[in-house]
Amino acid sequence: MPDPSETTLRNATIAVLVENEAGILARVVGLFSGRGYNIESLTVAPVDADRRLSRITIVTSGTDMVIEQIKAQLDRLVPVHKVSDLTLEGPHLARELALIKVVGRGEARMEALRLADAFRARVVDATIESFVFEMTGAGEKLDAFIALMRPIGLAEVSRTGVVAIARGPGGFEA
Amino acid sequence: MSATLQTTETRTMTGAEIVLQALKDNGVEVIFGYPGGAVLPLYDALFQQNAIRHILVRHEQAAVHAAEGYARSTGKVGVVLVTSGPGATNAVTGLVDALMDSIPVICLTGQVPTHLIGNDAFQEADTTGITRPATKHNYLVKDIKKLAGTVHEAFYVAKSGRPGPVVIDLPKDILIGKGPYNEAPQAPHRSYRPQTEPDMTSIRAAVRLLKGARRPIVYAGGGVINAGPEASRLLGDFVRMTGMPCTHTLMGLGAFPSEDPQFLGMLGMHGTYEANLAMHGCDVMLNIGARFDDRVTGRLNAFSPNSKKIHADIDPSSINKNVKVDVAIVGDAGAVLKALIECWQADEQPQDRAAIAEWWRAIDGWRGTGCLQYRQEGSIIKPQHAVKRLYEITREMGRETFITTEVGQHQMWAAQYFGFQKPNRWMTSGGLGTMGYGLPAAMGVQIAHPDALVIDIAGEASILMNIQEMGTLAQYRLPVKVFILNNEYMGMVRQWQELLHGSRYSESYSEALPDFVRLAEAFHARGMRVTEASQLDDAIREMIAHPGPVIADIAVAKDENCFPMIPSGAAHNEMILAPGQEGGVTGVTDEGKVLV
Repeated sequence: MPDPSETTLRNATIAVLVENEAGILARVVGLFSGRGYNIESLTVAPVDADRRLSRITIVTSGTDMVIEQIKAQLDRLVPVHKVSDLTLEGPHLARELALIKVVGRGEARMEALRLADAFRARVVDATIESFVFEMTGAGEKLDAFIALMRPIGLAEVSRTGVVAIARGPGGFEA
Repeated sequence: MSATLQTTETRTMTGAEIVLQALKDNGVEVIFGYPGGAVLPLYDALFQQNAIRHILVRHEQAAVHAAEGYARSTGKVGVVLVTSGPGATNAVTGLVDALMDSIPVICLTGQVPTHLIGNDAFQEADTTGITRPATKHNYLVKDIKKLAGTVHEAFYVAKSGRPGPVVIDLPKDILIGKGPYNEAPQAPHRSYRPQTEPDMTSIRAAVRLLKGARRPIVYAGGGVINAGPEASRLLGDFVRMTGMPCTHTLMGLGAFPSEDPQFLGMLGMHGTYEANLAMHGCDVMLNIGARFDDRVTGRLNAFSPNSKKIHADIDPSSINKNVKVDVAIVGDAGAVLKALIECWQADEQPQDRAAIAEWWRAIDGWRGTGCLQYRQEGSIIKPQHAVKRLYEITREMGRETFITTEVGQHQMWAAQYFGFQKPNRWMTSGGLGTMGYGLPAAMGVQIAHPDALVIDIAGEASILMNIQEMGTLAQYRLPVKVFILNNEYMGMVRQWQELLHGSRYSESYSEALPDFVRLAEAFHARGMRVTEASQLDDAIREMIAHPGPVIADIAVAKDENCFPMIPSGAAHNEMILAPGQEGGVTGVTDEGKVLV
């Protein structure tokens, strides 16, 4: 049972299965801003065209009581089918994709390529003076690679935010 | 059933006709509205039928409050029709009011044609964007094939689970175009299926705690009213069979009869001494259909510190939001009470009746403080006395009486001194605290109950916020009585300024008031002004006896404060009592000043 005097913050990765309809993202984002909850990352895309379902993955933080509130508030939105606290409900995988542009010539360029190889980042675009790397992984791994690229010539970063799924055979059905 | 069989084949109609047909099929008899360009097709369709009555208000905010009054006094869904742009934005206050108080309302808003949406067209507003946080749910209909289904779904959403307002935004081309009419679907909703039946494990856990309680209390709120009159009857059964004291939130008044000796009065900021001390000192608390609102709990870390708490609510997000509870029950208040009664009867464990008798002796001691006593002396009318006499006189007459209020001191005095023996007789803006609520709400109540006595207990400041509705009363010959406690101040603001801000009455004096008698007469109503205590009873009788609408302007003591009071940031056992009463405390802490 959540304790209101508890002030310890925890992270939560929450999966939300919703109707794929106009305004649903605004409803979810408005709920977070209106009630003062954090959003660290939010991703959304259709996952089942036939049944008009989209899946939203939200990474948030708060006390246990706040996270319970967030889940209850999400669950009572009319177009929401299901809410799952992946952090609480067992082991899960969380991945993020980043496109990272690094600009430089000569040794810097070679160093970027060596590090990209070590991090298993793929080169998806190259010019004489630049690379675009594509990288997938946990957020911390992306953070580490981006930090390494910064002194070498980091020019631009685009990240998707976290998508997550529970491990094991259990499904997340509407 | 035969009626539905005849209509199962799909018919083609205009969008406006589809909307009206869907309203009819959902049992709508009356809608409150105001026309404008974007909804002209709907008004044209209304003109050509007789099944649905339209009440023309004078301002869209009032249309929503009228629909709320209609809904709260009947248990049905209230329906509103307004135009695009300003029609919709004017309705927003009413929508938030209905959201906060969980009132089922459908608001149809006109919209510019779909091809103009986003072009800043004349009277265009992003209605679904603006009303998203103001409603339980909202829809923009962009495909006429989905129109009928959307209206049916809106009714389901408005009244299922925790009720609330729903907006349907209707572009003009959708209203003019032609499409199929579909009956309400029989299949369950795809995603929204709120739990109404309680889980028996939590019911048993609740009964176990309640049976062992030595100092129990039942704290019931608007959820019991929303669950229908049967839930109120079950609440009465439960409270009587268990011998427990019962207190109500502002929203719950009338669910349990005020004249029952087991009723402790309202709790919270202006609740009774006995209700608040019983909440503070109880060992087991049963909250049914209330949400631990800040007006109720006072300072959270001192709220009922030694009790086990059971919370039954239809909205899981209300549970553990403000107060951590020991037993959570999700379900409809009526279903929960039924299950509690059955489980209580089946449970062998005896109650500690001796301990409960001891508890009642403590409660009777607090009652002995007489926290609602006042002294009516001389010719100046005390506001408490005016409400008390209004209650006593209507009670003697035995007429079916409905009370609405505006917001402020008069509202709290009405809650304290007017007794309610049945649910759905008390309409007040609890959550949002909307001044200007009472007159339009009274209109809606009177439309639903044409022969009943409907009184808006008002303040002279609040009443001016929707005074234009006197015109609606005149047009439909609605005999609403407006009973103004006129102290020439925004009384609650003045009271807080006195208690918290060194009596600096910044902008709270009601300067340049109208002559309410002549104002009433200008709107074809009866106007009365009462200044002497000796005239009060006769004036109340005269007001009630008058067959049409009345404004009774009651001049009351200007500096009266509403007590008892739990100051902001204080606990239940830190109440301020009226001057001259024993017990209680005085003063407000600096932390309390931050709170509202």
